[in-house]
Amino acid sequence: MSIIETKNLTYTYPGGTKPSIKDVSIKIEKGEFVLITGPSGCGKTTLCRCFNALIPNFYQGELEGEVTVIGLKVAEHQIYEMAKHVGLVFQNPENQLFALSVEKDVAFGLENLGVPREEMRKRVDSALNLTGIYDLRERAPHELSGGQQQRVAIASVLAMQPEVIVLDEPTSFLDPLGAKRIFEVIYDLNRKLGVTVVLVEHRLDLTAKYANHIVIMDDGRIVLDGEPRKILSSEEARLIGVGIPKPTRLYQILQKDRVSLSNTIPLSSDEMATMLREVLKS
Amino acid sequence: MSVFDGLKFRRVYSPIHNLDPRIKFIYVCAIFTTAIIFLELIPLMILFLMQVPFVILAGVKREWLRSMRGATFLAAVIFLTNFIFSFISAGYIVTAFNLEHAVAMTLRFIVLVESFSVFFLTTSPDHLGLALEQTHIPYEFCFAFTTAVRFVPVLAEEAQTIMDAQKARGLELERGNFLKRIRNYIPILIPLIVSAIRRSLELAEAMESRAWGATESRTNLYVLKMHRGDLVLIVITVGILALAIYVRLFLGIPSMNDILGRFFEPQYF
Amino acid sequence: MIEVENVYFTYPNGVEALKGASLKIKNGDFVAIMGENGAGKTTLVKHFNGLLKATRGTVLIDGVDTTKVSVAKLARKVGFVFQNPDSQLFSETVEQEIAFGLKNFGFKEKTIKSRVTWALKLLDLAQYRKTSPFMLSGGERKRVALASVLAWNPKILILDEPTIGQDHRQKEKLLQFILQMKTQRKTIIIVTHDVEFVAECNPRVLLMRQGKITADGEARKVLTNPEILIQASIVPPQITQIFLRLSDFGLPKEVIDIYEAREELLNFLERKVK
Repeated sequence: MSIIETKNLTYTYPGGTKPSIKDVSIKIEKGEFVLITGPSGCGKTTLCRCFNALIPNFYQGELEGEVTVIGLKVAEHQIYEMAKHVGLVFQNPENQLFALSVEKDVAFGLENLGVPREEMRKRVDSALNLTGIYDLRERAPHELSGGQQQRVAIASVLAMQPEVIVLDEPTSFLDPLGAKRIFEVIYDLNRKLGVTVVLVEHRLDLTAKYANHIVIMDDGRIVLDGEPRKILSSEEARLIGVGIPKPTRLYQILQKDRVSLSNTIPLSSDEMATMLREVLKS
Repeated sequence: MSVFDGLKFRRVYSPIHNLDPRIKFIYVCAIFTTAIIFLELIPLMILFLMQVPFVILAGVKREWLRSMRGATFLAAVIFLTNFIFSFISAGYIVTAFNLEHAVAMTLRFIVLVESFSVFFLTTSPDHLGLALEQTHIPYEFCFAFTTAVRFVPVLAEEAQTIMDAQKARGLELERGNFLKRIRNYIPILIPLIVSAIRRSLELAEAMESRAWGATESRTNLYVLKMHRGDLVLIVITVGILALAIYVRLFLGIPSMNDILGRFFEPQYF
Repeated sequence: MIEVENVYFTYPNGVEALKGASLKIKNGDFVAIMGENGAGKTTLVKHFNGLLKATRGTVLIDGVDTTKVSVAKLARKVGFVFQNPDSQLFSETVEQEIAFGLKNFGFKEKTIKSRVTWALKLLDLAQYRKTSPFMLSGGERKRVALASVLAWNPKILILDEPTIGQDHRQKEKLLQFILQMKTQRKTIIIVTHDVEFVAECNPRVLLMRQGKITADGEARKVLTNPEILIQASIVPPQITQIFLRLSDFGLPKEVIDIYEAREELLNFLERKVK
């Protein structure tokens, strides 16, 4: 069974004139690294909010269709019940940290759930270690850099030991190196702990190489859904204007020029360089 | 920004910082009460001097001096009003008694400021929030308190950015008459309010996503435990109160004038 | 013309953000200032319209010392678009928002009207003239903020992180817009850490690190030099990364553009066939 499944999901925000997502049906399998992308306003964020019951419980509005997460029908559960299974990390790190020390922030969710102190201590420390911020645990979140703050936000959902972590453009306020570290942390969680990752991101050139499932949305609908190499090299993806990674573009251009390249479409400059070395050598 | 720097707490470790904030608060209240009981100069001076070792132990001398300096204006006002009032009511004479009375009233105020400033200088906001939580104040209230402390510097910074952005579009805040100047602030207030609303929505969303309100019996990562230092402070507090009440009820306190001899003769104007 | 001579700047809280920065930007230059967060990029450009005044050293705009004139006066010449449009939007309609600067600078009612119309058209916002800026999407709000500065036609235009949070289509639009401004000989300064975007518009690049300027040159030269970039915590553009790994074949390292990359590779293969 899929870990997340939506069936014909259509949702309109209260006061909205047209639905923000229309007839969305996707399946996300356990352990996948899913990349959701598409132009601004295409409904990516709205879809994420459906995964932990923020829609419809927090936002109200009109929801049709069905979302199941780990076999639970989301519409029938409270946000705090879903929070144990689906952790959401938002775009702006500043507005998702409330406490005056890092470890207190990481513990916030566990305190809310009433987890006993000894257990909480263990889980907090492990989350801090996994995100590489153990040394910052006594600092105040607002004294940290954006990248460090975002790692605190990730640790704070990680402490609740969710099966799925959903990250909504977590690096748009960070510099490239800070962003890279965040993606590496996420990738590690996915690979080592088997956490299912759903990442919403514009910058495919930085993230495509981590994903094994990509979903492209446009105007509230899912337009492409499948294996990243196939999807990103498709003509449709280019026409939607999602910003195909440059190495992939170069591959496509060279193929049109009838340069004989291998069939695995590259997603990163490393892959492309390796492929080109083969061609240049022969 | 300097106004808000005081709210950015620094993590310092000292025997005083480590004390349980609840006990510290009771101590401050005890000093407060004692200061109210007495109107004589000598006990108030003792109370004043008693705080000094605390300040030195906590290593917050500089901050403490700054806050005391901040209180000087109000202290001066209190002294003058008391002095002038008693000067008039005594029939336009300066007596040793009314001079001492005015000084005592001022000193009482200074003792209050002093003890509260020691409390706030040595208690970090998260410690205070924790103390609030563990005194069975509703959690929502404690959360609001710590969040407010957390966001004051953020909002101050944001206000600065907005001001810069509008100045870069030619806004001159100091131009025009009084009414115009107030109106000049509209382009700063509106973005600030809009962003505060947006921010609070995002905060609410993040809180919900982290299981806010899941259970009535919330647990806490930290717990305040009583240490030896806290017991010592309790003993000191009880001691001060007992002594103060005893002295008040059973001992006459000599005024300064009695001690220094009667060199203040009434002066007529 | 912007002349910065050995500028030091210390914030009131004691943070030393600039430590001896010197540079010259001529009229009509297109410059990207790059570096990691906290390197002093925004602090530096805030000196150009007088929002910050140097603690030591001098900043001259067309020969005028910025410490001697008001921000309002400098802003007439130096337009500054902030990173977050929400730090400035406050009016009831887009039209009023764009007119705000013009009114502050004392333009005549008639000129204001024509300038607003011009700016709306330039940034493709004409259909939102009477809409509240708060009802618009993030990308549109960003364009309104840009239009509201462009309206008084400043000689120098500073854009702080213009690509942050923008999707691919919006970045393309921005790129077109910048290139258009460039042909009009406007001085454009962008502060950014978006290497891919910089690689596409190929400006002069100033790298900053710890309050100092550590490199100054064509994008093609600076962005293809890994030693310099690593100091400023910047990763080379993806195409460059490919070519850096192919240099032992005798291919050039200084490639930042995809079509140039194609050219080089095809030439190489052709030579090999011969």
